[in-house]
Amino acid sequence: MSGFTLQGILANVYETGAFWLLSLVALGAALAVVGLKNIVHSAFSLVLSFVAMAGLFMLLEADFLAMVQLLVYAGAISILLVFAIMLTRRPEGKMQESNPFGRYALPAGLVAFFLFLAIAALVLRVSWVSGPGVPAASTVGPLAEAFLTTYVVPLEVAAILLLVALVGAIMLAGGGKR
Amino acid sequence: MIGLGHYLVVAGGLFAIGLFGALAKRNAIAILMGIELMLNAVNLNFIAFNRFLAPAQVVGHVFAVCVIVVAAAEVAVGLAIVLGIYRRHLSTDVEHFDWLKW
Repeated sequence: MSGFTLQGILANVYETGAFWLLSLVALGAALAVVGLKNIVHSAFSLVLSFVAMAGLFMLLEADFLAMVQLLVYAGAISILLVFAIMLTRRPEGKMQESNPFGRYALPAGLVAFFLFLAIAALVLRVSWVSGPGVPAASTVGPLAEAFLTTYVVPLEVAAILLLVALVGAIMLAGGGKR
Repeated sequence: MIGLGHYLVVAGGLFAIGLFGALAKRNAIAILMGIELMLNAVNLNFIAFNRFLAPAQVVGHVFAVCVIVVAAAEVAVGLAIVLGIYRRHLSTDVEHFDWLKW
């Protein structure tokens, strides 16, 4: 980025190394989520994958979203998943085989593999040009301004969606009956 | 130098893994995990496009926040449905969920 000074080259090396490390962790943990036989281990790998994704968001200079990723995904959503795992019993009580593959594992694997090949081929064929401008030092201010001016309707819709989903989840989980 | 293409390939890989998990697993909770992975890959796409194509704006971040909101709502309702079905039929295996078949 900053020319051929020693600092610029070092920053480049750090960024490249961090990108590959975080990508490998995110992809490896995602593979573990799918591949592991014990669903509790899958849930923990999912947390690891989410944390690595938060690191990638940091590399993309999205500081607010990295924090939201840690709080909402690695915190709240994985806790919800772990609670659902705790509240449901395994078939025959065997934890080791709580996360088996279904009847359609092979066709699903083929579909996913060829989808990845198609995405990678299309992405690598295009030569991407960077847009003008530099990212803001902190995205919190610009994001707040965007949400409270241009995107105020989506913000309110998102708030109503969260409220409706909350009430609906309580109703479905049986909280309204007693 | 890491460019937009690198991030898009990683996001594509995550999406494919999540799709595989959502299609191939039998446990309904594992299927929800696969859907979460897919939504996360989409978020990575939005942020990478924002960073490289329009760095001075935050439109991609706005979209990513909306995706996170929808993901949180989806997983809450989805797990409530799974728990409701489990309470009635004592199973979270989607291959047992076949009452709509004729």
